[in-house]
Amino acid sequence: MEEKEKKRKIPRQPMPEQEPKVRARNFMEVPLGYTSELAMKEAERCLQCKKPSCMEGCPVSVDIPGFIRHIKAGEFTEAIRNLWSKNSLPAVCGRVCPQEIQCEGSCILGKKEAPVAIGNLERFAADHERTHGTGELPPKAAPTGKKVAVVGSGPSGLTVAGDLIVKGHEVTVFEAFHKAGGVLVYGIPEFRLPKEIVAQEIHFLERLGVKVECNAVVGRTITLDEIFEQGYDAIYIGVGAGLPKFLNVPGENLVGILSANEYLTRANLMKAYLFPEVDTPIPHGKNVIVLGGGNVAMDSARTAMRLGADSVRIVYRRSKAELPARAAEVHHAEEEGIQFFFLTNPTRFMGNEKGRLVGMECLKMELGEPDASGRRRPIPIKGSEFKMECDLVVVAVGSGANPLLTSSTPDMTLNKWGYIQADPQNGKTTKKRVWAGGDIVTGAATVILAMGAGRKAADSIHKYLTWGW
Amino acid sequence: MFKIVKREEMSGGTVILNEIEAPLIAKKAKPGQFVILKANETGERIPLTMADTDPEKGTITVIFMVVGKSTALFKTLKVGDGYQDVIGPLGKATHLEKLGTVVCVGGGTGIAVLHPITRGFKLIGNRIISIIGARSKDILILEDRMRAVSDEFYPCTDDGSYGHHGFVTEVLKEVLKKQTVNLVIAIGPVPMMKFVSKITKEFEVPTIVSLNPIMVDGTGMCGGCRVSIGGKNKFACVDGPEFDGHLVDYDELMLRLQAYCEDEKRCHEGFCRLQEAK
Repeated sequence: MEEKEKKRKIPRQPMPEQEPKVRARNFMEVPLGYTSELAMKEAERCLQCKKPSCMEGCPVSVDIPGFIRHIKAGEFTEAIRNLWSKNSLPAVCGRVCPQEIQCEGSCILGKKEAPVAIGNLERFAADHERTHGTGELPPKAAPTGKKVAVVGSGPSGLTVAGDLIVKGHEVTVFEAFHKAGGVLVYGIPEFRLPKEIVAQEIHFLERLGVKVECNAVVGRTITLDEIFEQGYDAIYIGVGAGLPKFLNVPGENLVGILSANEYLTRANLMKAYLFPEVDTPIPHGKNVIVLGGGNVAMDSARTAMRLGADSVRIVYRRSKAELPARAAEVHHAEEEGIQFFFLTNPTRFMGNEKGRLVGMECLKMELGEPDASGRRRPIPIKGSEFKMECDLVVVAVGSGANPLLTSSTPDMTLNKWGYIQADPQNGKTTKKRVWAGGDIVTGAATVILAMGAGRKAADSIHKYLTWGW
Repeated sequence: MFKIVKREEMSGGTVILNEIEAPLIAKKAKPGQFVILKANETGERIPLTMADTDPEKGTITVIFMVVGKSTALFKTLKVGDGYQDVIGPLGKATHLEKLGTVVCVGGGTGIAVLHPITRGFKLIGNRIISIIGARSKDILILEDRMRAVSDEFYPCTDDGSYGHHGFVTEVLKEVLKKQTVNLVIAIGPVPMMKFVSKITKEFEVPTIVSLNPIMVDGTGMCGGCRVSIGGKNKFACVDGPEFDGHLVDYDELMLRLQAYCEDEKRCHEGFCRLQEAK
């Protein structure tokens, strides 16, 4: 009891951050990381529960009290080894997981005060290893002689690759873009997840023996059956959702309206914020509107601010309570001067004689009965039309299933929305020796859920390679 | 790296041919499909429809006009140099079919894209009438190759220095007046494709055009290449690049192609100054 009381006296250690006014105009990472002292102090707050509920909240079942215990004792190498045994991308997860609805949301401390900063500690362990670690690789099983192809180098694909390479299988990752990392590279901005960190996580897998083949568009450059013909024993598909949704309202093809996929790919993968030092341009809006309320919308809005916008407004058709974005992202966006227009829905876009966007007409909404998603359905208020001036609109209202790979694989069953039908327990598709997971199965979700699906599929693939289908 | 094994300058150095080692793409590519090329680490992803492929040699050929920074950078690459990235084959292949008489209309570097498609239609037994045009004789490309796969061949120049003095559309109209044509394929500058489609609509001849809007990934992920086809949004990278010429909103496409014109100009001028300084 006394011990518990003492622990509670230590408040949650905030992570130092760049000042909002400064960071809103640069692309450097916002939270600066814990020092060893801060991390050890925060780790001391963990109650080391016998039945840790935080672990139940983690899609890949990280041994949370275990790695925190190591940090508390200053055993940082042991901490990262413990993390790696369950999570091949800790530096990424510490930064982008929605901890408040997962591990930290289940932390017992959270009932009375702030929960343990599990995400910050995970990030610390990974960052410390990167900057101070020995670079020693985890142990690897003897070669099995089996070959696995992973299609897509995003979080789920990398998880599968990491899990299977240490079990002794040969793994090749096929990536359609010229650079590996999937959404971690093209989608999540530098200020939230530095690309150097993603590159190092991938380099870590390469050092373990994973081969990465970029510029390989599976479905076009090569088909699944041709991959099997090359001698692969199993294929995992983790290509992401990858089809931008538009609103289908008049004027949407005006110059100045981009999907978030395009806007963020230009900014992140192509580093267009450095234009003309790099060759890919990106529109610099003065008055920017971002449509949507998820992480992608927050990332787009914060990118627009950093590109020098005078005003950035997020327009969302539901209310603040329904925002699907991670709490920290909404908070950061607000701090950086991004305005929110809730219960607002665009009805058309207006352009000038050059076909360039000059404004948007909207309707005010009110919330009705809950819909299929369990959230209250927004209903337009008649006669509430009003106009907003803007010269750049980023559409971040979600993604659908990209048919590029699936249409070249007719013998694999899809659901009615075009996503791959896969067993939720093990990721098996209806095509023999093919597994799938992540957004191309579930629809757009989070990095960690895709990793969780990858973990289950990797276990199942390993079983198959050992025992048969 | 994707090595350049052959390089030619055409049209007085304003148009460049590169034959590039890309065995996987060469094996798969069909007429009408495109690749995305990126010269180096800081380079832009540029979509170009292939002008030829040689599956045995493992090479693909692209022909491009130098119009901006990226193509000016491509121009500096010599035989033995290479592109850091080549991605493909992308887009849908031309639907080749024996129809009877097919008219192939090409303008500028569009002729480079038109050639393998024309050859494809010829090889399966169609009668080919080719109409190709340029501003002037010395910048007309691939004349011999087009002539070799055509039953009737009509070159045109805007300045009258060679062949018909005037636009390809004028010759097309005469051809359509005289004989039954089963299909028209038009590939070239957007205004050319627009006016070809206008004429063929009058004569009710089915028409295919190949579009090259601004693109980033080429796999249907970004939607930057969206075009209005019969009032519906289509992605040129996965639904095209070929579409029914009578359904394309050309005016919208032309405006969308101008999206980055000021940035491009600035970037290109900077690059030219740097080249001159060297």
